[in-house]
Amino acid sequence: MQNIITIFRREMSGYFATPVAYVFIVIFLALTGVLTFYVGNLLGRNQADLGAFFNFHPWLYLFLIPALSMRLWAEERRNGTVELSMTLPVSQGQAVIGKYLAAWCFTGIALVLTFPLWMTVNYLGQPDNGAILAAYLGSWLMAGGFLAIGSFISALTKNQVIAFVLAATLCFLFVAMGSSIVLDFLSDWTGGGIADFLRSISVMNHFVDISKGVVDIRDIIYFTSLIVAFLFLNVVAIDRLKAA
Amino acid sequence: MMIEIEHLSKTFGPITAVDGVSFKVDKGEVLGFLGPNGAGKSTTMKMIAGFLPPTEGTAKVAGFEVRKRPIEVKRRIGYLPEGAPMWPDMTPRAFLEFIARIRGFKGDEAGKRIETAIVKTQLKRVLDQPIDTLSKGFKRRVGLAQALLHDPEVLILDEPTDGLDPNQKYEVRELIRGMAETKAIVISTHILEEVEAVCNRAIIIANGRIVADETPAELAARSTRHNGVSLVTDAPAKIKPVLETLPDVAAVTVENDDRLFVQPRDGRSIVGAVGAALRDIDAKVEQVAVEQGRLDEVFREITT
Repeated sequence: MQNIITIFRREMSGYFATPVAYVFIVIFLALTGVLTFYVGNLLGRNQADLGAFFNFHPWLYLFLIPALSMRLWAEERRNGTVELSMTLPVSQGQAVIGKYLAAWCFTGIALVLTFPLWMTVNYLGQPDNGAILAAYLGSWLMAGGFLAIGSFISALTKNQVIAFVLAATLCFLFVAMGSSIVLDFLSDWTGGGIADFLRSISVMNHFVDISKGVVDIRDIIYFTSLIVAFLFLNVVAIDRLKAA
Repeated sequence: MMIEIEHLSKTFGPITAVDGVSFKVDKGEVLGFLGPNGAGKSTTMKMIAGFLPPTEGTAKVAGFEVRKRPIEVKRRIGYLPEGAPMWPDMTPRAFLEFIARIRGFKGDEAGKRIETAIVKTQLKRVLDQPIDTLSKGFKRRVGLAQALLHDPEVLILDEPTDGLDPNQKYEVRELIRGMAETKAIVISTHILEEVEAVCNRAIIIANGRIVADETPAELAARSTRHNGVSLVTDAPAKIKPVLETLPDVAAVTVENDDRLFVQPRDGRSIVGAVGAALRDIDAKVEQVAVEQGRLDEVFREITT
């Protein structure tokens, strides 16, 4: 545990020692703002909620999270520090979790910084703040799922561009699997079984539920398993990389 | 025995990088690991440090097998990886604080350890500059500070003086010599004078196999120049035929215009006989020196 905290702190200070943190936060806030007000038409909806804000999160995360995760291991491999990390008295699991948690908390910080939107809807009406909180939780869990996918992909290559493209593609698959276009197409062809399965493992499906304010334990379990599964693959990938 | 390596092999696909290497290193030994590029030096060191798993064979550090008890081994090793990789955005201070914490030191103890490492490697001037902006020499010294911080029983240093200027090289060698008594140290290097300066044992590795394991002096004695006599004179033509008649002299060669090299038969000591012969013919000689042998010559001979 101590080791995880130590790695977490080094990673976290790494974000703020470079422009990565500031660029990410500024772009994230700017994009959420633009999408919420202009595309989502927050003010014209005449509804005191943040649906217009949260609806875009899967699509926003699709490229912002891989941009954050692509460096996690690819950069360590490129500049050789992975050899230093792996010869310190730290287990692979501790290193993977420490780095991952730092990235996840960092996305949490970016998410918290969107609080002016929450203040806006509270100023304009009486939103269901419990539902908004649930949606924030869902958004953060989804970011965590994407990050775990991205962290795993990043451990597979030294090249950050490849890590970005592959992670974005995989995240897209996890989102698109739940979209009606894919599901309708599939159920026409194969009957309901596969479509139902895909729907059940799609990020979109679980996120939409939570973002409406319905915190179902199954959604929480889904995101947790997604994260754990990909972090496990991440550890395996690091192990294989050492063996190569 | 601090390091015990038995039949260690590593293959990468069809390439055999390390091929059945065995050796032991005890406390007090400074082992110089020599070999051409690609001979398997770094790969062997990576396996001892627990970064690469061996394809075959075992490595033990302080009695712990690297594959079975990696954390125990890593606690006891100070390792400077090839090229001294470090997180470029960190400052040496933040980096060493991180290393101290991950090595389990806290509070005053951590502060003391960091301070000692900084003094030993003379990093004071650059403590708060990002590692990225440091010169190669300073980077290497930050890497050394990291390896020394926990005062490990075993030091594995992959090219510790690469990129340093002559003064810095001297300082790092002094540092290694100063620690030699209480630790088992393995350094890899291309610089043969370094082996003579700091190592009390040298292993030469070529194509993944050990081809020599001796003291630097024994290694130098393999040189054809060992115990040879070189002298500077203004009359080489007069002296050369006289020396050639001596029984223990194999050959006399003119190097430059005024320098003669007298090569002994089978490395025998000939300086006495050469001196007597020169006195007999009353030859004028400005310099006489007995050679120990050249490591680079030996190195070339056994690695090619």
